[in-house]
Amino acid sequence: MGKKRKMPGLNTSSTADISFMLLIFFLTTTSMDTDAGLARTLPKPPEDDQKNNEMKVKERNILNIRINKDNYLLIGNDYATPEDVKERAKEFIKNEKNDPNLPELLPTKIKYLGRSILTTSQHVISVQTDRGTDYGVYIIVQDALIQAYNELRDEFARAEFHHPYEFCSDDEKAAIREVYPQKISEAEPKKYGQAL
Amino acid sequence: MNTSSLPDLIFTILFFFMMVTSMREVTMMVKVQKPQASQIEKLARKSCTSFIYIGQPTDMLRGQYGSGTRIQLNDRYAESNEVYDFVMADRASMAESDKPFYTVSLKVDHHTPMGVITDVKQVLRKAYALKIVYSSDKRKQ
Repeated sequence: MGKKRKMPGLNTSSTADISFMLLIFFLTTTSMDTDAGLARTLPKPPEDDQKNNEMKVKERNILNIRINKDNYLLIGNDYATPEDVKERAKEFIKNEKNDPNLPELLPTKIKYLGRSILTTSQHVISVQTDRGTDYGVYIIVQDALIQAYNELRDEFARAEFHHPYEFCSDDEKAAIREVYPQKISEAEPKKYGQAL
Repeated sequence: MNTSSLPDLIFTILFFFMMVTSMREVTMMVKVQKPQASQIEKLARKSCTSFIYIGQPTDMLRGQYGSGTRIQLNDRYAESNEVYDFVMADRASMAESDKPFYTVSLKVDHHTPMGVITDVKQVLRKAYALKIVYSSDKRKQ
């Protein structure tokens, strides 16, 4: 019988939509996996001949933050909590009242502004940890320090350019970074009291 | 218009994406709960980044390896001095134009003692892998 048999119709028109949805699902979930974190630059490895020839920094220009193995914090010579770090760092970097115990204010010529500004360009913040310090605490401190810099830069941007730091042009940002250079030192590791 | 081949086409793309993304992923052999930070930056380029995982072995591997802090490179546990070869090999396999942007992302559990991280950092300095990122999650303020 030469009659053509009809194919039973299965409606597949939605398969495309379903596969599209799967595709979009995979696209979004994998792109959400982007990694983020605190970016740092490590110092170059020490050369053998200049091992003991460390850069001399005036004492008033250094802010020492030490964290011991029990996660207690010492800023300068005072005990502190992680919440204090930001304020202490801001006070230290800015040195508004020209305190002789805080870093020296030196006139820095900023090309973009066409004038000199008193900055604490020589300051260094050094974070020292014990081998037993929790990484989490270390990150809290690092985060607070970066936050201190970002807030100071933002304040300066608002005062000088009348808009927040994030809306500054690249030239303006570079000028602000000259005023408040980020100087967090990754101190050479030392062993203090280690648990036996 | 005949659209009957459209689903097959899309499925092909889908499988392609599934394969590519799963290839990048490393099976986690350490438990990493990332620390939280507010001032985080997004990683500029994932293609020129190596990942180092540090933490305690996962529950499944704990019976075999104990609960001491371990460093994971690719798919195995390693000692801190092996990071040097790992970084060198990873950087050598990269395109020449990517090398100046070479970054090492440290995915470290927040309870890890700093000693391990300091050791790794010293090795990274020796290998001139100076750009690092402390991988962390966004903290809401």
